Amino acid sequence: MSLELRRITKTFGSFTANDEINLRVETGQIHAILGENGAGKSTLMNIVYGLLKADSGEILVDEKVIDISDPSDALRAGIGMVHQHFMLIPVFTVAENIVLGHEKTGKFGALDIETARSAIREVSKDFGFEVDPDAIVETLPVGIQQKVEIIRALIYEAKVLILDEPTAVLTPQETDELLKTMRELKAKGTSIIFITHKLREVREVADQITIIRRGKVVGAVSPQTSEGELASLMVGRTVDLAPEKHKHKIGEPILVAKDLTVRNALGAAVVKKVNFHVNAGEVLAVAGVQGNGQSELARALINLEDHIEGSILLSGEEIRGKSIYGSLHAGIAFIPESRELDGLVGSFSIAENLILDLHDQAPYTKGITLSAGVVLAEAEKKVKEFDIRLQSVSDAVSTLSGGNKQKVVIARELSRPVKVLVASQPTRGLDVGSIEFVHERILAERDAGRGVILFSTELDEVMALADRIAVMYRGEILDIVDSNVTREELGLLMAGVASKRVSA
Amino acid sequence: MRTSLAKFGQAIKLPGLSFALAFTLTGFTIAFSDAKVLSKIGSPLEFIKSAGATAGNAYLALFQGSIFDINLTKGHNFFQGFYPLSETIVIATPLILTGLSVALAFKSGLFNIGAQGQFIFGAIGASYVGFHFQLPIVIHVIAAALAGMALAAIWGGAVGLLKAKTGAHEVILTIMMNYIAGYFILWILKTSQFLRPGRIDPIAPEVNQSARLPLLAGANLRIHAGIFIALVAALFVWWLLTKTTIGYKFRAVGANGQAAKTAGISVPFVLTATMAICGALAGLGGAVQVLGSEHALNADIAGSFGFDAITVALLGRAQPLGTVFAALLFGALHAGGRTMQSNTGVPLDIVLVTQALIVLFIAAPTFVRFIFRLKKLNSSAGLTSKGWNG
Repeated sequence: MSLELRRITKTFGSFTANDEINLRVETGQIHAILGENGAGKSTLMNIVYGLLKADSGEILVDEKVIDISDPSDALRAGIGMVHQHFMLIPVFTVAENIVLGHEKTGKFGALDIETARSAIREVSKDFGFEVDPDAIVETLPVGIQQKVEIIRALIYEAKVLILDEPTAVLTPQETDELLKTMRELKAKGTSIIFITHKLREVREVADQITIIRRGKVVGAVSPQTSEGELASLMVGRTVDLAPEKHKHKIGEPILVAKDLTVRNALGAAVVKKVNFHVNAGEVLAVAGVQGNGQSELARALINLEDHIEGSILLSGEEIRGKSIYGSLHAGIAFIPESRELDGLVGSFSIAENLILDLHDQAPYTKGITLSAGVVLAEAEKKVKEFDIRLQSVSDAVSTLSGGNKQKVVIARELSRPVKVLVASQPTRGLDVGSIEFVHERILAERDAGRGVILFSTELDEVMALADRIAVMYRGEILDIVDSNVTREELGLLMAGVASKRVSA
Repeated sequence: MRTSLAKFGQAIKLPGLSFALAFTLTGFTIAFSDAKVLSKIGSPLEFIKSAGATAGNAYLALFQGSIFDINLTKGHNFFQGFYPLSETIVIATPLILTGLSVALAFKSGLFNIGAQGQFIFGAIGASYVGFHFQLPIVIHVIAAALAGMALAAIWGGAVGLLKAKTGAHEVILTIMMNYIAGYFILWILKTSQFLRPGRIDPIAPEVNQSARLPLLAGANLRIHAGIFIALVAALFVWWLLTKTTIGYKFRAVGANGQAAKTAGISVPFVLTATMAICGALAGLGGAVQVLGSEHALNADIAGSFGFDAITVALLGRAQPLGTVFAALLFGALHAGGRTMQSNTGVPLDIVLVTQALIVLFIAAPTFVRFIFRLKKLNSSAGLTSKGWNG
């Protein structure tokens, strides 16, 4: 089945999310749509899937114009979608999730789950999936959960499958598995629309690549195009994909964690007796698949977790057990994982957000009153220094774009005397330009002789910035390796296979 | 100046429209609940005339009972005509203070249902210092008010401390502590320390003359200096929230507690300090009620000041100035309602209906916007309490 979009336009107020987009997906083709966050990829796919209505334009399936006004129309037309965030009920079994919304009943109104079971087995056999229809979804690894979504689409006879950022949550091995599945689906005649911003995957699997920037199609290229060219098309200017790791001086250990254990509210250890150190002038990356204790470890370094055991020495001084305020002012800058939830007060102005940690210190305060003039003047300085794009420092911080929000957080955290920078997923959800900025800033801090602990699930980022890489798996640091490790070795470590190499 | 005026206009637009809508609907309710009006339902013209007259009379009585009544000037000086306005302000005074207590808590993300109990402890403290000690004029009234505030601050602060230490929800804590306060005052009024000599009903001795707030407009009007205290308190809350580092912490925790915590702001401190200050405000309300208008502590001293405070704070969008206006409106409705009942026979409950409707429309801004086809503004909502999920 072929799918064609003709002159799709969608505006939200004065903002044009999709501007006359044309796209054609042939039968049995993997068509990648590449674009930055906010380029309009998701809007376009939501239109195709019937979640949004286009202002103008046509959708053609097998050369016939069809009307899609809700997802059930899309399903009937043979279009299935696997969302970035899975639409599964965690406590239901695989089979129960698959019949959801299409429940058929047998005698006396009993739910007919057997049909679904056999359908799942059939599809699994066809594609070589190993999915147990009676497994509870929340007990399955993320990669399998994704397969459940794909199976669901296939059972409802999707001929065009939309995969929205499918690799964001997967380990490198799971990603390879997914790419394999995509090729199998293609071989059996299913068309795939593959939405992503990861250049490597696109080049590996796509037949055709459409690049979207600011709501417009800016290029339709073949997978032979180089990564650098793809990135330039995506961003609209030449991009430095790998910041140069020039020689820098690595100093003495500045932060040492010994037997650090973090427990959750139920008392279970989510970080288990980890040992590591970071030297002055060094980037230690903590890699791992999301949810292996990295978030908790990062938070523990400023005593943000409630149950921490072990020791954290900052320049030889024990900081475990200090208040959060005490940890921050002892010399740790902290970029939290979620800037919206943990980094910023959305309704506060940019100026107010810049002093969240320093509001009760000179020069911002006189006695018990805030010096509004100083707060504004300092904010203006920070805005210049960190190139924060805004209308006025008195605007609510929630009006800024993701990249500028992150700059506010970084500007604030680096305005204290800093010994160690702890950055948790600092580029998540940012556009390429902002990612570049954050990377440069991290390297600048390193060059200035600070220790940097970078928590990241993005392998490319880890490889590009780190001097040493610690890999976390199920709350433990499996190994700490040199940055010249290969992708494959890192991938194995992230999947829990301990390396035989000697720790760096 | 123009922009701030426009801002003010925007700020009162919604409450103003809710207000108008509530009064219109209440007008219908008054007309349709009147037997005389309903008897004329046969002839439409007569019916409309009669309905209009009935509702009009009721609202005239409401005005006469809350602001100015020309009839009261006969045989007195002109000022006596403002007796209703004086009553409005007397009722509004404690309500401003309890309203501020609830509003300030909202700003820190807390839902303070406990103004009633805090009010009671404020009244107890002020009353005891007022009748038990002999102190010089001015100093006595200040000492009595401070005693009430201190007691109530401890009572309120305990809630914040409990929430900070144990995670217990402030709504449950304050509701339960209202019960305790309500029964505590019944008990303490029966003790020999508090029971007025020669009385068996629960009433304390009158506070000494030196501990009373001065009357503002002569012996015939009840209006007292408490209103100035309330206005200064409103100014204080505004200053605290917008100009001080403590207020900054309050607002940060109220708007995003997680981000505030991550940046090193002590959430337990904010919870405790907020509830202590809220307690002091509501307690000052209780003190002012005793020292300004009641003069003697009785079991019913708190009336529903602590509960109406929630409505007042909501109506005032948790802003200090808004709370003052909302409290005055409630004072007027209370004072005028009595006159409305006695002059026109419209039951006092109708006033409660009006109050309820105003609050309903304020609480459902989308509905009012829909009715008046207003565009949704980027309103910086004043309320940040997270209710049950907080």
